[in-house]
Amino acid sequence: MNYPLSEEERIIQKTARDFATKDLAPVAEAANKEGTFPDEVYTKLGELGFMGITVPEEYGGVGLNNFSLVLVLEEISRVCASTAVTMSVHNSLTNWAIKTYGSEDLKKRYLPRLATAEILGAYALTEPSAGSDVSSVRMSAVKKGNEYILNGTKIFISTGNKAGAVIVFARTNPDDRKHGLSAFVVEPDFPGFSVGKIEKKMGLKASTTVELVFEDCRVPEENLLGEEGAGMKIALAGLDGGRIGIAAQSVGIAQAAMDEAVKFSRERIQFNKRIIDFQSTRWKIADMATAIEAARLLIYRVAKLRDEGQPCSKEASMAKLFASRTANRTAYDALQIHGGVGYTEEFLIERLYRDARVTEIYEGTSEIQRLVISKRVIEEYEKSMPE
Amino acid sequence: MKIITLLKRVPDTEARILINQEGTGIREDGLKYVINPYDEYAIEEGLKVREKVGGDSKVTVVTMGPEEATELIRTALAMGADDAVHIVDPLLENAGPFTSAAVLAKVIEEEGFDIIFCGKQAIDDDMAQVQTILAEMLDIPQVNVATEFELSDDGKKAVLSRRIEGGDEKYETALPAIISCEKGLNEPRYASLPGIMKAKKKEIRKKTLADLGFETKPQGGRAEIVRWLPLPKSGECKIVEAEELQDAVKELVRLLREESKVL
Ligand SMILES: Cc1cc2nc3c(=O)[nH]c(=O)nc-3n(C[C@H](O)[C@H](O)[C@H](O)COP(=O)(O)OP(=O)(O)OC[C@H]3O[C@@H](n4cnc5c(N)ncnc54)[C@H](O)[C@@H]3O)c2cc1C
Ligand SMILES: Cc1cc2nc3c(=O)[nH]c(=O)nc-3n(C[C@H](O)[C@H](O)[C@H](O)COP(=O)(O)OP(=O)(O)OC[C@H]3O[C@@H](n4cnc5c(N)ncnc54)[C@H](O)[C@@H]3O)c2cc1C
Repeated sequence: MNYPLSEEERIIQKTARDFATKDLAPVAEAANKEGTFPDEVYTKLGELGFMGITVPEEYGGVGLNNFSLVLVLEEISRVCASTAVTMSVHNSLTNWAIKTYGSEDLKKRYLPRLATAEILGAYALTEPSAGSDVSSVRMSAVKKGNEYILNGTKIFISTGNKAGAVIVFARTNPDDRKHGLSAFVVEPDFPGFSVGKIEKKMGLKASTTVELVFEDCRVPEENLLGEEGAGMKIALAGLDGGRIGIAAQSVGIAQAAMDEAVKFSRERIQFNKRIIDFQSTRWKIADMATAIEAARLLIYRVAKLRDEGQPCSKEASMAKLFASRTANRTAYDALQIHGGVGYTEEFLIERLYRDARVTEIYEGTSEIQRLVISKRVIEEYEKSMPE
Repeated sequence: MKIITLLKRVPDTEARILINQEGTGIREDGLKYVINPYDEYAIEEGLKVREKVGGDSKVTVVTMGPEEATELIRTALAMGADDAVHIVDPLLENAGPFTSAAVLAKVIEEEGFDIIFCGKQAIDDDMAQVQTILAEMLDIPQVNVATEFELSDDGKKAVLSRRIEGGDEKYETALPAIISCEKGLNEPRYASLPGIMKAKKKEIRKKTLADLGFETKPQGGRAEIVRWLPLPKSGECKIVEAEELQDAVKELVRLLREESKVL
């Protein structure tokens, strides 16, 4: 893999790769089999700086950029997609939201602990009635004295039962769909906060996905993120970073699946031939490798755009759409190359196949990405038309 | 305390090594390079000693190698070393152990030292000679293949172990000394992201042979690498078949005697 990475970027990538293969792999294997959350991994990730990559140094982070985050997420995903989603939510959503919209007080209170993984971050937007359609959020936040009282239910919240800081979106004005949404930093020991159902998922077994229940949950007014009514703006702005993170996760899964397919097909012999010597196998590998390269380049480009502060929603959606499709296509073909054993828990490809699936669902389904992309393309066309 | 750790750039342990056509070295195209794995133990031990002694202790990495070695030196700085000297000179290409030791000795003397850590061998040519020649040149004690290292409280001597067949050998040595490190001595730390950021500001001092006062490449070693040869291809396996086992054995003995001439 010879991208024009800088010396620093290559060292970052190597640290991530070495950590993933040496330290994470054995833990990931067990955690995914047993469906447990590997708490201890995050302490180590914190020490390495991987939980505060884009947090400025003055708040205990590393002060690096989205590009570095993407390099790290890909390497971690090659070994454990569950760990990667926990990290992506933590870095790209929680840390990012507090860093970008938090008051000085919020930044000082939360970022240093998040950056060292003393606490983990979660991001609670989805509700039973609001999935793809964010504007349908119903959860309410009513100001009472110097507190907001939150009522409602969030579902599918990654790390929700493990997090020390949850970004929660709730409605401060029920009549204004667009400007009625606000975001809060909520701690699990705020009165009225509780964890509900823990989902039993098809994949990502070493990450938790939970329901969060808010019953007259009391949130101090200082924990409002940005101004009242800024919720929609924050949610939409957060999508770009979140999508880039999941795109990187997808490429990591795809790369791992292809590596497994190559390894397996060099060893498996049928009809007196290694199955890698059948043209049908080689064509699959060629298509996988090409798609992976293309996906990676889309991700690198959008990460650079975001680091430069340029608008990049279309590019983030393209990277997410293409990379998640690539993860699924590659895992499917790689499992096919394994034959029957690929369908058993003995082989890593079985986990990769399951883990790949959700990349086309969360952080905006593939349909929603296409909506975003086509809308932009049409807008660009119309802008370029003579009056 | 002034701690020197030696670092060599070597091909990745998992890389497939091919000899070049001229037989003058290996094919470098597409090869991945890493810090010599045993040197990682040396760096880690250097950092641990610095942490123990504290004060104005300093770990200096010394590397002789091509321009591209900078990335690996930077990695060592990101692990926590304080600064580095990088000797780059086209004359030093394919330098033998004597030449390497002579150049390193010059740098180390210039830098000053209380202790030197290095790997027990470089995994490229597996010579394991530099540390010994260096010890002679600097006229200091050496302990090779160390699996345990403990600095005395006054920092004047060290107690070491080396694993041998069936047990451990315990050593005590006065300092300064040169210690070559074996797997198991410690668990090398990663280059963390904060470490990588700090390393950006650390100094790598580049030096040529001329900077070190050498007019030509120092020579004096008695051995010289004449030519590099690829391993012979393993021969085809021949299965001796015959209707009767007895005849097969006869044929096998004939082949062993007449063709491969091992009997
Ligand atoms: C493992 C996991 C972790 C998650 N983590 C989090 C988290 O940390 N925080 C959080 O807030 N949420 C999280 N989610 C929720 C996730 O973001 C939602 O599942 C996702 O946004 C889709 O919403 P939905 O499930 O309600 O599906 P729906 O929105 O109901 O979609 C169902 C189907 O309809 C299609 N569809 C919907 N609208 C349109 C349209 N306009 N045009 C065409 N097709 C459309 C969708 O593409 C999809 O195929 C997580 C989900 C999972 C599975
Ligand atoms: C759930 C399950 C239940 C099963 N139940 C039974 C059962 O009851 N009884 C039974 O006898 N078996 C059973 N099987 C075995 C099943 O029939 C085999 O898995 C299947 O025939 C494929 O063989 P394989 O797994 O050895 O894969 P392989 O034959 O090793 O194939 C590996 C890959 O190489 C490809 N390949 C192989 N040869 C060629 C070629 N010439 N050209 C191009 N590509 C090639 C294959 O298409 C595949 O992609 C079961 C398998 C599973 C997973």
